[in-house]
Amino acid sequence: MSSYEARFKVWRGDVGGGGLEDFGVEVNDGEVVLDIIHRLQATQAPDLAVRWNCKAGKCGSCSAEINGRPRLLCMTRMSVFTREETITVTPLRAFPVVRDLVTDVGFNYTKAREVPAFVPPDGLGAGEYRMMQEDVDRSQEFRKCIECFLCQDTCHVVRDHEENKTAFAGPRFLMRVAELDMHPLDAADQSGLDRKRTAQDEHGLGYCNITKCCTEVCPEGIKITDNALIPLKERAVDRKYDPLVWLGSKIGRRSPGK
Amino acid sequence: MSVVDRQEWDVVVVGAGGAGLRAAIAARERGARTAVICKSLFGKAHTVMAEGGIAAAMGNVNSGDNWQVHFRDTLRGGKFLNQWRMAELHAQEAPDRVWELETWGALFDRTGDGRISQRNFGGHEYPRLAHVGDRTGLELIRTLQQKIVSLQQEDFKETGDYESRLKVYQECTVTRILKEGDRVSGAFCYARESGRFFVLDAPSVVVATGGIGKSFKVTSNSWEYTGDGHALALLAGAPLLNMEFVQFHPTGMVWPPSVKGILVTESVRGDGGVLRNSEGKRFMFEYIPDVFKEKYAQSEEEGDRWYEDPDHNRRPPELLPRDEVARAINSEVKAGRGSPHGGVFLDVSTRMPAEVIRRRLPSMYHQFKELADVDITAEAMEVGPTCHYVMGGIAVDSDTAAARGVPGLYAAGEVAGGMHGSNRLGGNSLSDLLVFGRRAGLHAAEYATGLTGGRPLVDDVQVDEAAAEALRPFSAEGPAPGEEDGRPPENPYTLHQELQQAMNDLVGIIRREAEMEAALDKLADLRVRARRAGVEGHRQFNPGWHLALDLRNMLLVSECVARAALERTESRGGHTREDHPAMDRQWRRVNLLCQLTDPTGGLTATDPLHGQIDLVRETTEPIRPDLLALFEKEELVKYLAEEELYE
Amino acid sequence: MKSGGVRSGTRAAITAAHLRTDRWWLAPAATAAGLLAFVVYSTWRAFSNSDYYAAPYVSPFYSPCLAENCEPMRNGPNWEIFGSWWGLSPALLVLIFPLGFRLTCYYYRKAYYRGFWASPPACAVAEPHKKYSGETRFPLILQNIHRYFFYAAVPVAGILTYDTVLAFRNEDYEWGHMGLGTLVFLVNIVLIWAYTFSCHSCRHIVGGKLKHFSKHPVRYRAWRLVGRLNARHMQLAWASLVSVALADFYVYLVASGVFDDPTFF
Repeated sequence: MSSYEARFKVWRGDVGGGGLEDFGVEVNDGEVVLDIIHRLQATQAPDLAVRWNCKAGKCGSCSAEINGRPRLLCMTRMSVFTREETITVTPLRAFPVVRDLVTDVGFNYTKAREVPAFVPPDGLGAGEYRMMQEDVDRSQEFRKCIECFLCQDTCHVVRDHEENKTAFAGPRFLMRVAELDMHPLDAADQSGLDRKRTAQDEHGLGYCNITKCCTEVCPEGIKITDNALIPLKERAVDRKYDPLVWLGSKIGRRSPGK
Repeated sequence: MSVVDRQEWDVVVVGAGGAGLRAAIAARERGARTAVICKSLFGKAHTVMAEGGIAAAMGNVNSGDNWQVHFRDTLRGGKFLNQWRMAELHAQEAPDRVWELETWGALFDRTGDGRISQRNFGGHEYPRLAHVGDRTGLELIRTLQQKIVSLQQEDFKETGDYESRLKVYQECTVTRILKEGDRVSGAFCYARESGRFFVLDAPSVVVATGGIGKSFKVTSNSWEYTGDGHALALLAGAPLLNMEFVQFHPTGMVWPPSVKGILVTESVRGDGGVLRNSEGKRFMFEYIPDVFKEKYAQSEEEGDRWYEDPDHNRRPPELLPRDEVARAINSEVKAGRGSPHGGVFLDVSTRMPAEVIRRRLPSMYHQFKELADVDITAEAMEVGPTCHYVMGGIAVDSDTAAARGVPGLYAAGEVAGGMHGSNRLGGNSLSDLLVFGRRAGLHAAEYATGLTGGRPLVDDVQVDEAAAEALRPFSAEGPAPGEEDGRPPENPYTLHQELQQAMNDLVGIIRREAEMEAALDKLADLRVRARRAGVEGHRQFNPGWHLALDLRNMLLVSECVARAALERTESRGGHTREDHPAMDRQWRRVNLLCQLTDPTGGLTATDPLHGQIDLVRETTEPIRPDLLALFEKEELVKYLAEEELYE
Repeated sequence: MKSGGVRSGTRAAITAAHLRTDRWWLAPAATAAGLLAFVVYSTWRAFSNSDYYAAPYVSPFYSPCLAENCEPMRNGPNWEIFGSWWGLSPALLVLIFPLGFRLTCYYYRKAYYRGFWASPPACAVAEPHKKYSGETRFPLILQNIHRYFFYAAVPVAGILTYDTVLAFRNEDYEWGHMGLGTLVFLVNIVLIWAYTFSCHSCRHIVGGKLKHFSKHPVRYRAWRLVGRLNARHMQLAWASLVSVALADFYVYLVASGVFDDPTFF
């Protein structure tokens, strides 16, 4: 068991302003950045605001930026840094700051509401659902999402362009659309809801230029771009840009995606 | 002073975990305008950490399963102290609650014929746990969250406002339940972000705040588990039931120190993982108690065969109920046969191919890799007991989930007592949330919408008192009565650490009379000091302040645990007395109820002997004969007192 | 660039465009350099209109060769569809297809959006643009036609396969021989096919568009196979880019007489 003193810079302040504050703090074997933040709270800055819950990478509360990279505080081990390094911790920079490391993530909850929910199939009661494992695999991958919103934070579409927030749902919620569209029993089609089309028309899929930062930061290792966003783009192409499919649907013989 | 913001609702649900959200859905579907209030962001509740699955006798994997078998397992697990009617309702309704989740979009792992797959777990006779890999809790919370959103979308279509009938107040805390006379009239709350106070007027309050684990040092619980609901109910005049029963999950991480206590799911053992001591021995075979002798394998060979052929072999003792396994690990470590960091070895690497481990236990693989640098497909994990769950809780009516003695107050989930008796089986928690969450929401809504003679009114005096109580940490300074001048306010973080250490050491997994008495002394001391817990800064998102307020709840609940544990002179389930090591059939008929000493709800730092809690003994209701008939006589004589058997 | 980005009003007041301490600029810089090198090389070769055939090898840049001004290649893919009026390099007639395929490819899009456009230069590094509309408008909305280029890329790859078969001849067009060039062609064609099949559009068409894999077991298996390739799409994109340039360069070296193709048998 060895311990040393690390140098930290932690952003403190609120919407009115603030800056990076210097701290020297003890670090022990096996600790993660969240441990250090807690030590700061307990010993030097009792009112340092930080969100956290499970401290096991399962709830997605303690999202922040460490040395400029969006990460979970509880899953970033101190051993990935050298002892000489100064470690900079800031709040998520795509969302309005509340206080210290806490940001207003309301954007995400607004977007969540804009994605129409699962539509249960007619004529199937509870207990009668039959789905094959291979049919649920894809959506299950997306349901691993812990809603840490790191993908939403890193995505340059909204991070660098506040004005796009109205039109763009962000990777997490485009992935939600993909999840529902791939759900084997979702009956949106029958209810007149075309998820493929709304992905582009209402949730801003076209803003995504597939630069894959969402995938890079995902702590759950979900292949957001390759398995959700690009397949969703292809599905939108089916609807809007593929004359073969268009012709087929006009003749009424083959409907895509069945 | 009482110019705080006020809003009117029919039902207020405190807590947005599985039970709270299920209650809110039920209440809103029943036509009540419902508010959910939770300390964290919506969707982050502790339920997300549940890993193994939801126990429900659907019989998808073994068709021999049915609610009677589930009921039997639950009572055995709880050592017959369960509120039997709850266990019955739970076993009967759990399958419907799981199937219902599918209609809301949940995607469980599937069987070969497309039904919900079910896995083995400790204490369950058949594979019974509906699961999604080892992240079932996340699936549950997300499904309920999305169902709430879908209800809000319906409301939006009708009224143009998403929150007209169902609103989530996230990152808000309730500090007091308000009453008019006996009846609930609302809740006093503050928003963590702004520190602003507000009052929700409502005739029904459903408490669904989860557990108390943050009073212990080594725990698998998140910071939210400060016993808020237990304390709110106590302060509102409702009794707590059997608080001595605290479950220590046998397998928590033990290294590195910063992650000590984080859960290692029971699925590891359910899927084939074995426990070994430092001598490489599978020690669990030595620890099969008499009541379970016929049900568990007596040799490693038989235990291993069971995974392939469960109908003709008995299960390995690694799958004994959690209390047994936790005690066994504790004994091995004490006997000097522990692992380097003070646990034992849990090994799947030699039992399953790496590929299968990564598929079936993805989050465990990830957790050990990321946090401990251990590759569980290649080496054994080090594990040890961790405080996981409290069986005790608010005393409720089995059918309606109504708290005793306070009309309008309901409780569901971990915060409610009775369902699990002295020990909870893995997987029964998630089903408990759903079954009794729904019942609580339903009955709370019925009560609120069926009120005759007007709603109870919120009393301004109570609001002012609650506000003053909540603000005290900002003005805490100066000496305690009879002490020297100039002492600085107490640091809430320090108080919290001392509390955790005391509970862990003195009222932990193995309990002794003298230690518990020492714990009560320590709690009394902390109580005095906690009144002077002071904080710096302002009210906006101030974690020091939040902790100072939570301390009141942790101290109340810890005292309940210590007092009840001192009183019960036997060992049963989640309560092990070194000085009374045997289970006593006479104690099976006894419930211990905790009540506030001062019935007005006022809190004073009284002397350690009396403290703030009174204990009351109560005789349990006899188990209904047709339910007793589900068991063999030979088994019943091990649990039930003579006179019960002949009744 | 002050408007709307990480330094806008309500966000945490931090003046730096990013706080990354690692060498984040390395990847986009390397990508840009690699792509630029290929563009320069391929432009030179496509316009040069010479040294692209050395029996039995035809440069992949010039195959199929569709104008009258093509060098004669016995049994080779030179079909004079365009007649005699075409006076420019015949490479320009066909390169549009593989070029379009790669230009609209999901991987290359990422590569050049990051490397050339700096949109974004790297994750959590502020981009230097005031406005951003992504692929919602002309011309970038045309990226959606990627799958037509995929459709076109398949026959082109087929013809390159044919070229590889022809490479099992010697310079006198006798069958059953093999030289170093044959090996280069073999490696190239394997990479070309792997890149083509690993395409995201291909993954979608093969099976990704289905809602129920269980009802289409064959397509499900195909989808999984393509999925495994797709996970390496980036590596395959680079490998095939290099191999196609190398194959052309090899032909150039032999055709321009720098050295003779070493024959194995």
